[in-house]
Amino acid sequence: MAEWVEVVLRVLVVIAAFLVLPLLVGQTEHKAMAHMQSRVGPMYAGGFHGWAQLVADGVKFAQKEDVVPAAADRTVFKLAPAVALLPYLVAFVAIPVGPGLVGQDLDLGLFFVLAVMSVGVLGSLMGGWASANKYSLLGGMRIAAQLMAYELPFVLAAVSPAMAAGTLSLTGIVEAWQWWWLLWQLPAMVVFFVAGLAELRRPPFDMPVADSEIVFGPYTEYTGLRFALFLLAEYAGIVLLSALTAVLFLGGWQGPFEGALGWLWTLVKTGVVAFVVIWARVAYPRLREDQLQSLAWKVLVPVALAQLALTTVVAVA
Amino acid sequence: MDGYYASYAPVLAIVVAGVGLVASIFAANRLLAPRRQSPEKLLTYESGVDPIGEGWAQIHLRYYVFAYLYVIFAVDAVFLFPWATVFAGLGWTVVGEMAVFIGFIAVGLLYAWRKGVLTWT
Repeated sequence: MAEWVEVVLRVLVVIAAFLVLPLLVGQTEHKAMAHMQSRVGPMYAGGFHGWAQLVADGVKFAQKEDVVPAAADRTVFKLAPAVALLPYLVAFVAIPVGPGLVGQDLDLGLFFVLAVMSVGVLGSLMGGWASANKYSLLGGMRIAAQLMAYELPFVLAAVSPAMAAGTLSLTGIVEAWQWWWLLWQLPAMVVFFVAGLAELRRPPFDMPVADSEIVFGPYTEYTGLRFALFLLAEYAGIVLLSALTAVLFLGGWQGPFEGALGWLWTLVKTGVVAFVVIWARVAYPRLREDQLQSLAWKVLVPVALAQLALTTVVAVA
Repeated sequence: MDGYYASYAPVLAIVVAGVGLVASIFAANRLLAPRRQSPEKLLTYESGVDPIGEGWAQIHLRYYVFAYLYVIFAVDAVFLFPWATVFAGLGWTVVGEMAVFIGFIAVGLLYAWRKGVLTWT
């Protein structure tokens, strides 16, 4: 009986984190982008510096009419946002915040998270195909191409810390982490982060959803709540990528006073990485499709392979 | 439910909870949202003009070759994960084997590179 209560409790905490953290990142993005562009961003909703802007957006989205184009493949079109969103929720289960502070410490943690994360992309592909819209189809194709190019360096770079730690458990990787891994695993970290940005289709890798040329690609036909779910999936993805980067490469809860403040360290590191994700959006222009592909195949994959060789030699020697 | 798969009970629970969450969100939307549909509203969006032809149009995919490259490497990536957890204890022989395996694939990538597959045509 007590076991089941604990499982339910853990699930509830994970769902709460899943619903709150993406909104925090979204609000930070509104404000940080605004200030980087000499604007003030949302100021009205909620009174204090527009803190309730995203809550207000959510309420608005929930009241909007659900439009499915007549030409669309109805079932697939309606399912797509759920397929895009749910994998990120499931992946949250395996992310450790502190020692023992985790939805569930799976011994295949890293493999599980990577596998589940890549299911999320299917949602956008489904949306792109089912919309029966030319912009959406183009966007969907671009997503497929981008996924194939960047999944590879993403996975190869993620293997590197697992090899160094000798385990696929995310908790195990954090426990094995030493400060000098920051240098040793630096190329893998950069590759992982850049490829992760591309997987999330965040700027500067937002060619598939480029709003100014193909009108948001796969999401062109989506309105109201279903569109909101796609957006929520994007921000949940940012949280997940940041948390994974913090756990794999930045030592998770390791730091001064880790006994009492370990969970805070993980959250702070995740927050810093998430801020860099936002920063990259403001700082860099969008990459062209062929530039995307050559960055992945000519830079990231070779660097990731070199990192694997280095990790192997250091770990065995 | 016990043994190895017991550790996946929370995963199962979160999948069920997640499906319930999404279903309740859509149910709330159904209750709150207005519903006034017209043929014009359900028309496919094409920058404000009437759509020409159908949405599933034929396009020239210049980057289909990348799919082949990806499949080749994906096989290797799956093999890497179990290997990553044990290689340190097994020594240089195992490292050599993996180096040969990845070496073959890397040569394939180099070949594609030299052939100009990775360049926009």
